[in-house]
Amino acid sequence: MQNKNERRREQILRISGVNPLKCMRCGKCSATCPSYDEMEYHPHEFVYMVETGDLEPLIHSTSIYQCLSCMACVERCPRGVEPGKLIEALRLTVIREKDANHMTADTIPAVIDDETPQQAIVSALRKYTK
Amino acid sequence: MQRIGVFVCHCGTNIAGTVDVKAVAAALKNEPGVVFSADYPYMCSQAGQDMIKEAIAEHRLGGIVICSCSPRMHEATFRKTAAAAGLNPYMVEIANIREQCSWVHKDMAVGTEKAIILGKAAVAKVNLNTPLTPGQSPVTKRALVIGGGIAGIQTALDIAEAGFPVDIVETKPTIGGKMAQLDKTFPTLDCAACILTPKMVDAGQHENIRIFSYSEVTAVKGFVGNFEVTIKRKARYVKEDVCTGCGLCTEKCPQKKVPNEFNLGMDNRRAIYIPFAQAVPKVATIDPDYCMMLKSGKCGVCSKVCTVGAIDYKAKDEYIEEKYGAIVVATGFNPISLEKFDEYAYSQSKDVITSLEFERLTNAAGPTQGKLLRPSDGEHPHTIVFVQCVGSRCEACSEKGKEYCSKICCMYTAKHAMLTRDKYPDTDVYVFYIDVRTPGKNFDEFYRRAVEEYGVHYIKGMVGKVSPEGKKLHVQASDLLAGKQLHIDADLVVLAAAIEPDRSARPLATMLTASMDTNDFFTEAHPKLRPVESPTAGVFLSGACQGPKDIPETVSQAGAAAAKVIGLLCKDHLTGNPCVAHADELMCNGCSTCERVCPYGAITYVEKEFRMPDRTTKLRRVASVNEAVCQGCGACTVACMSGAMDLRGFMNRQIQAEVDAICK
Repeated sequence: MQNKNERRREQILRISGVNPLKCMRCGKCSATCPSYDEMEYHPHEFVYMVETGDLEPLIHSTSIYQCLSCMACVERCPRGVEPGKLIEALRLTVIREKDANHMTADTIPAVIDDETPQQAIVSALRKYTK
Repeated sequence: MQRIGVFVCHCGTNIAGTVDVKAVAAALKNEPGVVFSADYPYMCSQAGQDMIKEAIAEHRLGGIVICSCSPRMHEATFRKTAAAAGLNPYMVEIANIREQCSWVHKDMAVGTEKAIILGKAAVAKVNLNTPLTPGQSPVTKRALVIGGGIAGIQTALDIAEAGFPVDIVETKPTIGGKMAQLDKTFPTLDCAACILTPKMVDAGQHENIRIFSYSEVTAVKGFVGNFEVTIKRKARYVKEDVCTGCGLCTEKCPQKKVPNEFNLGMDNRRAIYIPFAQAVPKVATIDPDYCMMLKSGKCGVCSKVCTVGAIDYKAKDEYIEEKYGAIVVATGFNPISLEKFDEYAYSQSKDVITSLEFERLTNAAGPTQGKLLRPSDGEHPHTIVFVQCVGSRCEACSEKGKEYCSKICCMYTAKHAMLTRDKYPDTDVYVFYIDVRTPGKNFDEFYRRAVEEYGVHYIKGMVGKVSPEGKKLHVQASDLLAGKQLHIDADLVVLAAAIEPDRSARPLATMLTASMDTNDFFTEAHPKLRPVESPTAGVFLSGACQGPKDIPETVSQAGAAAAKVIGLLCKDHLTGNPCVAHADELMCNGCSTCERVCPYGAITYVEKEFRMPDRTTKLRRVASVNEAVCQGCGACTVACMSGAMDLRGFMNRQIQAEVDAICK
């Protein structure tokens, strides 16, 4: 179990290219996040929990799907940590382990209405077509 | 062949831990010329030095090799030891077997082998050493201080009090610098002007101090003790010695729409102006970018109202040349530009201001006469948000901000927050911080008072964005301890912008050949042991040009720099470095390559008469080195195509012998 967790952590770091040790814990990512209220775990918590290897709560949380992938946190982070990329890597890891996409690309048009922001469509493509 | 002695130091276990010092001493004993070889636990100790002196006398040594730490540590020590024993100090060579050997190796066999090789190279070199005698150069007993902020003023006052003449060169029309713009100073909250202006007046009236305001250094030649500096005195169009500073012209000037830089553009001044009431020198200056008389020849009001005839529209920039023995750099700092931090809406809303602008807004001499009012509508703000670390502590490759902590922001923000709550108890004041860094005498106590006595809300977390919404500023931020995202409708947002060295520092460093770090802060000669000296001899550092610092630290450093300058100016002569270049005139082909590569301007060409083999004489152009200016860098010896240039103490054949010894 220990090894599986460690393998997952390494995979997440490799996919994202993120070094969580660069984080100085200022919280600007979570201050910036437009989905903050929807998420159980927030960008700064993702960075800290991946750093300490506390992955299970993140994997079972819906927060990984509530991230819009707008990358505002990546843009604003003063230390260049790129939390958005880390969340995306975590999501991909979960999807790959399930051996199935959370949603298929075909199902996306059905859930889009006129009020869906374009950013959400872009992020949906990022999330569900890999 | 010299009679050489070898001395191998253990440096406790620093060297002996990874180098078999006895094996090194034994191996070097067999090198050509070596007649004595020994090891000792601490060569630099008195007992170690006595051992060297005794060996020099007993074995009639003509050269010695010390296998020890870097020559930067103890070369001077061992040269003095040799001199005390009657040996020319330049017959001493150091083999660095600590920094370049024992500290970088873990394996005893490898370390020992390398130490022996380094020792052999030093023995090969000392075999070719010749006794050298340093020259002497006189000292000009006058100092130059570049920058007239609190750092420059304090340094100048301390030097002047010791009896030496000092010149201050300041680019602005008045001395005073950033401190003159501040309202109160932490942690005692005394008014900045009340403690600064007496010093400005002292500097202005001191018989040993000359102030060149509205001036800048344009060229520096020479070397420690003998700098020749060109100072550009920008035309201020007002005769400095005639103007009485009555200020009538600044009231009558019809050009009223000039952004007032002293109040950071938050109000306007006239085209002829005196920056502030306590300016030193208290002399008006005409801003040529806005004066209608200078631009179009139509106006002349100031000239008409001036009762002493001080206005001179035909004034030109003047250049003066002066000699100095020492130069102190005190060019100070500026807040960074915030245009790349648009998430804080600095360029979108007048109510998002920097901390320096906040100082002016709370200063009685500022644009609001000291009442804290919103710049947009002049209303009293109720909710004020302070954001710390704006542009400080960014990643190293950041294009937006700086990697370092700006050091002063935690304290001035605590001061702003405390004073706001004290003066306006109806306000809500929030401070968003990453860490509160308050090391300093009475500093942390001060910050705690802001929280405990004045009820400032300190929130751990950063502000993500500020969006102007109607009359309010919507602030979205993290509260990391509560695990919440906060939304605050603020009336005023104050950004603690990172500080950076003044832009004049980089070209000045080039003129002075003084080194800088990647952030354009001047580098000190040693970060701990020589903190106020530049590695360039005769150039000293004072204040924030060397790194971010607050007023108490700046004043201490300014005094320390002054002490170093006084120590230099007290000397009548300076002993030079004999390891300088010299040209073999018979080999020099007059190509001028060395003259072009010399960074110190130490090489000139002279016409000389030479006897030719056929008994005729011929005029030839040959290189000539000014030994007082040469710093011994060796660039000319590498560039010289005919092999005429050589560096004393580091001659080409000495270097070759070292390389041969290493490769043998």
